[in-house]
Amino acid sequence: MSARVDPMGSSDHLESGAALVRSSLDACIKCTICESACPFAVATPLFPGPKTVGPQAERFRSGLSSADWSVDYCSGCGICSRVCPQGVRIAEINAQARARLKERTGIPLRDQLLARPDVMGRLGQPVAPLFNRAVETPAVRTIMERTLGIHRSAAIPRVSPRTFQSWSRRHPPAPGPDRVVYFHGCSVNHFEPRLGRMVVAVLEHQGLRVDVPEQGCCGLPLQSNGNFPAARRYLTRLAHRLAAAADVSVIASSTSCGLMLKREGREILGVDDPALADVSRRTWDIFEFLRDLHERGLLRTDLQPVDLCVAYHAPCQQQNHLMGKPAIDILSLVPGLRIIELERDCCGVAGTYGLKREKHDISMSVGEDLFHDIRGLEPDAVLCDSETCRWQIAKATGYPVVHPVEILHRAYSGGGRPPRARG
Amino acid sequence: MKVDALVIATGEGSLPLATGTIDVLGYSPGLVSSPFEALPTFLHANPEHPYRIAGIDGVEHALAWLAETAESLGYQGGLVRNRWVPTVLGGLRPTSMLPRSMVSADLHANAHAEIVVAGIRGYRDFHPALLAANLSLATPPSGGRTIRARATEVEWPGNSSDLVPFRLARRLEEAAVRREIANRIRPSLGGATAVAMPALLGRERWDEVHRDLEGRLERDVFEVPGLPPSLPGLRLSDCLRRALRRAGGRLLLGSSAVSATRVDGEVRSVTVTQAARHTEVKAGFVILATGGFAAGGIARDRDGTLREPLLGLPVHGPQVGAEPTSPRFLGSQPLDRAGVRTDPTGRPLDTAGEPWARNLYAAGAVLAGAVPWREKSGEGVALATAWAVTGAILGGAQ
Repeated sequence: MSARVDPMGSSDHLESGAALVRSSLDACIKCTICESACPFAVATPLFPGPKTVGPQAERFRSGLSSADWSVDYCSGCGICSRVCPQGVRIAEINAQARARLKERTGIPLRDQLLARPDVMGRLGQPVAPLFNRAVETPAVRTIMERTLGIHRSAAIPRVSPRTFQSWSRRHPPAPGPDRVVYFHGCSVNHFEPRLGRMVVAVLEHQGLRVDVPEQGCCGLPLQSNGNFPAARRYLTRLAHRLAAAADVSVIASSTSCGLMLKREGREILGVDDPALADVSRRTWDIFEFLRDLHERGLLRTDLQPVDLCVAYHAPCQQQNHLMGKPAIDILSLVPGLRIIELERDCCGVAGTYGLKREKHDISMSVGEDLFHDIRGLEPDAVLCDSETCRWQIAKATGYPVVHPVEILHRAYSGGGRPPRARG
Repeated sequence: MKVDALVIATGEGSLPLATGTIDVLGYSPGLVSSPFEALPTFLHANPEHPYRIAGIDGVEHALAWLAETAESLGYQGGLVRNRWVPTVLGGLRPTSMLPRSMVSADLHANAHAEIVVAGIRGYRDFHPALLAANLSLATPPSGGRTIRARATEVEWPGNSSDLVPFRLARRLEEAAVRREIANRIRPSLGGATAVAMPALLGRERWDEVHRDLEGRLERDVFEVPGLPPSLPGLRLSDCLRRALRRAGGRLLLGSSAVSATRVDGEVRSVTVTQAARHTEVKAGFVILATGGFAAGGIARDRDGTLREPLLGLPVHGPQVGAEPTSPRFLGSQPLDRAGVRTDPTGRPLDTAGEPWARNLYAAGAVLAGAVPWREKSGEGVALATAWAVTGAILGGAQ
């Protein structure tokens, strides 16, 4: 058998996905390509760079001991793994090293909290108006920063008084013979149920029956905060719930949570569960799915003109699907829509990274080039597939930032008003 | 003509490690002063060389294309004469085109009365004293007197944590940092007419950094590329990526091609990796640009068999039993020339000597017959063969 590690970790490596990620470090030739591509290393000396912290330091880590703390300043954006010509899984090695570090040091309450958006959503929901007013009150934010360490300027989403699940339970399913499962994630459920309704409408417009099983968190924020045992439990539970409808495509509108199902759960967390392997193969990002329909001549193209100029930012985790930019491919079909592709890699927020007191300034500095470009373009709206990135960009620029499916929904439902700014 | 182009790239490619200068032909095997004059003889002596696909005209067109496409980097030069630029160790090497930040590094006869080599104390990859001492021993092959060079090393005005290339380049984009650096270099200038600096003069805003330093020092300033990461190479990489995007092309970065489907002598699709599965990309034409032995475009099994791993094309090179390498490190290494053979239009050949597929072309280091590091021909081969095969595709598709 060849000893070469498939740099992309195809689904053949299920059993030992996580171990293979680590062994890829031997392919590092220290060429520094990752260091010059890393948006965080250039922004802070606290992160010495992906090669230094990843394959280089990994050789000095044994058991739970780590050479230093710097791996905690890796955001997990994954750009290093994408640019590596040798197939070293640098970001994945770092994620595993961070979890081992946290096993030794413990995880602060703040990170435990930020890592559970479903819990935050459930606690906030009954008192949504109060919660939403509180997180927008500077005095409350100052207290939150001092006591919890959540930066006072970080974007925190508004909690919806009604969950997406409660809407979907009452939503009569479309009669179509072909079914899909919609994996909405915590964000749509608790913070952006409107987006979920648009996803369902767009899919039903294609004649599909959309099933929304009970789901829960995929464990991604737990993974990026170094709590692997809890992340594995969440992910396994989710995989079993989504796998119940056999052979049906699973559609995700949160691009980072979709990636957790597709790859990260197996390769970073090392979850070796047949249900996850099964769901992995049939998980699609919403626009990846629509593009596939279009390529097979099955996408409905009764699209009304949408007279807007939008700037599209492909977030890091979207790029880690290695599927190109299907949102652009599909939205190019919308008459009247002008799409400008933004040319920056990262907005800096990296999930919960940019919310943390000690990391917020780094995060804003990473995103500054992107924010600058957006301000220069003065678009009607910014499009982005990842929720935390949308919140960060909206907060930093003041521009309305929406999921690209909103534009498609508008085109299917007859044009309409431009998107409003958040908050 | 509008072409739908997709670039599938396992990683960033080698430009971030390259000098950012454009080598075409530096040694054949003796020192070449004019690639334009030397190429006919060189091609005659090396009939298998990839340059034959492009011809000298093709090489010229490819360089002109680069100058236009990377206009923002201000490339100058061409085939008529080689430039002599200092290496980071103070040797002189021939190259054909230089970006604006290195134009005054061309040390042809008496280009500068005296050069000050200015380094940053604590930055480990640039040693001005070594560079200046070696450079002072050199005479440009184009004639003239020995180069006069002297070293200076200034304290970095920021933190020691800045002393890595990508952070130094970013900090130098700040006017205050540049003013301070310039103030610290100025006392050493004396009668020097040029200042050589490590190639760290900014990434995106390099032009502003370079012009500002020239203004403050009132001398020509040029970059000397050294160990990677190379800012001049990164700028070129950034620039070409932008050009691809603006031309409507797409880049699939981090994905790998794993196989291709060939039906009736034509490649119909290429299978590429994604996060959870493989997907097929349909294609009217395919260009194989997977690189040479070092990049994995050519592989060698334990028994000595040479393979082209993606499509299984026959590889021309030292066969099983033959010694692939020479014990002399800088000697002729048979493995260097290994690669894929093509027809005159750049289509790889099968074992019978026929094109493997009507619509498959190859470009760059995967081609047999070149030894870029000896010939100093790496960028030239990449550009000229890419130019030639895209021309063949566009011509054939019309």
